[in-house]
Amino acid sequence: MDEYKGKSLSWRFADGVVELKLDRAPANEIGLSMLEDLERFVAALPALESRASALILYSEQKAGFCAGADLRELYTQAQKMEAKAAAKGVREFLNRIHAVLNRLDTSPLTTIAAVHGVCFGGGFELALVCDLIIADKMARFCFPELRLGLIPGFGGIPRLKRDLGNAVVRDLLLTGRSINATKALAAGLASQVAAEGEALRVARATAAQVTKFDRTTSAAAKQFIKPLPVEDLQREINIFCELFSRPAVMEGLRKFVEDASAHPYLP
Amino acid sequence: MRTIDQTTDEILTLAATHFKVPRAGLAAGDDFYKKLGIDSLQALELLTRLENHFGVELPDYEVQGVSDFRTLASRIQARL
Repeated sequence: MDEYKGKSLSWRFADGVVELKLDRAPANEIGLSMLEDLERFVAALPALESRASALILYSEQKAGFCAGADLRELYTQAQKMEAKAAAKGVREFLNRIHAVLNRLDTSPLTTIAAVHGVCFGGGFELALVCDLIIADKMARFCFPELRLGLIPGFGGIPRLKRDLGNAVVRDLLLTGRSINATKALAAGLASQVAAEGEALRVARATAAQVTKFDRTTSAAAKQFIKPLPVEDLQREINIFCELFSRPAVMEGLRKFVEDASAHPYLP
Repeated sequence: MRTIDQTTDEILTLAATHFKVPRAGLAAGDDFYKKLGIDSLQALELLTRLENHFGVELPDYEVQGVSDFRTLASRIQARL
């Protein structure tokens, strides 16, 4: 399927490059709708991979790349269930999103995230599966999960460990602070910083460069240098599920969803 | 090096430009959330703008509880 338009995203393939556009207002939050659309994309991926060299992920939403998990949906659904059922539902969701992200992570295509605005939580984890992150000057990266009494659950910690120095990983995880594109570049998280509004253009230029090379060779190099941290990814799911069962988490979610005076994007 | 007054003035100008409000209408003691009509997401945009302009890194927890331009300026000033 060379083109598709779903509720939360769309994709198109042309000239050796697949472009996946995230497009769910207000900030591409990852709930069931986005997950299902991502699963559709992953199902279509093998056919695309046979003809493409690169995949660009980007966002059409003004707020940014992706603000992370749909916490409103999570809270609303969890409220309707008994604790055990909610925990089971969370684990099932995590297993599904991990399957999607692992598949993107190990794609033979060179994957490029063009990031502008907020790249938080699950959105940051989506960007981290990509080989390259092109950061708009106004991009901000953050793992705010600590503020809810959680850790990143979509594979962020193992991927951060894989890609960055441990000190930067500790800073991000233990302070829950956001960092800008300049800091992301210095830390080795972003491979390039683009002027405001230019990340997609730079990503397209980078993808065009990638299409010049032999696809088999690129795929072999990528497989060699980018192992999937399978055991750590499973451990992260287990730890997340243990933490989720605590009352403080539901209280944190309630505050995020219901408190009009809260500043959810600030610590 | 900039004085705190210079830093504050630059912040007010940047905020006015970014959020398209009259510069003359902003004062150092104003609550920027209320005056600019912004939420925390937009406050982050302002923070990024300020970091880029002043060439500093300002962890967002340093602006926790900060809502006026003057105090924001003091946080920036401490990083110059």
